[in-house]
Amino acid sequence: MSASVLQLHYDVPGDDFTRAGEASSAIKNKLKQMGIAPDVIRNVAIATYEGEINMVIHANGGTIDVTIDADAISLVLKDTGAGIPDVELAMREGYTTAKEEIRALGFGAGMGLPNMKKYTDEFELKSEVGQGTEVNMKVYLKK
Amino acid sequence: MKVKDLALKDGFEVINEGDFDREITGAYCCDLLSWVMGRAPAGSAWLTVMGNMNAVAVAVLADISVIILAESAAVDQPAIAKAMQQGVNILKTSKPAFESALLIHECLS
Repeated sequence: MSASVLQLHYDVPGDDFTRAGEASSAIKNKLKQMGIAPDVIRNVAIATYEGEINMVIHANGGTIDVTIDADAISLVLKDTGAGIPDVELAMREGYTTAKEEIRALGFGAGMGLPNMKKYTDEFELKSEVGQGTEVNMKVYLKK
Repeated sequence: MKVKDLALKDGFEVINEGDFDREITGAYCCDLLSWVMGRAPAGSAWLTVMGNMNAVAVAVLADISVIILAESAAVDQPAIAKAMQQGVNILKTSKPAFESALLIHECLS
């Protein structure tokens, strides 16, 4: 099935809330053009946007790589930020380390990582303090 | 009910007309963006006081049918520009979020 594989790459700029969401919107539009089912697109859009926002808030940006094949949409989000000291705690709904000014924008609900897990079929998070974080997610095209 | 039907109701002001033929499937009240992302069903009319461009991004990505700024909450210029660019419907009302949501619920049932 290698002929049907499509790969997309996006750079997420750090600390720029005016551009946060651009990569996710671009991915959404691309999937729409490909005729992917709306519920699958919505799941991917939510997962990538939460990841994108996390990278902007916590990691001074990063990258998003999307691979679309016949079975699934695979998402790899990587940053070289501060890393997450306690992943289990970070995965808890409502837990946040976002600063007050970020919270004033409507972020910092402590739902980012839980949403990413909730809306994807596979979710794996690897993080090392001082090195960065990598999130691998998959949304299946066939249930 | 379509977004344009709601826009014509008393007390609603149009801030940006995107796709006014979009069907409203329900109402959702919240100001925390990730909460809305994770919980608001697609097609919801979203009642909020958060009038920034991140709210517009959330509306696009979570398939919100219309953002309704409750209690005449301010919406900034970059948010309007982004809504125009992305075709996001935005209305404004002086009513509180709960009353507006109740009105939408009554119109839908």
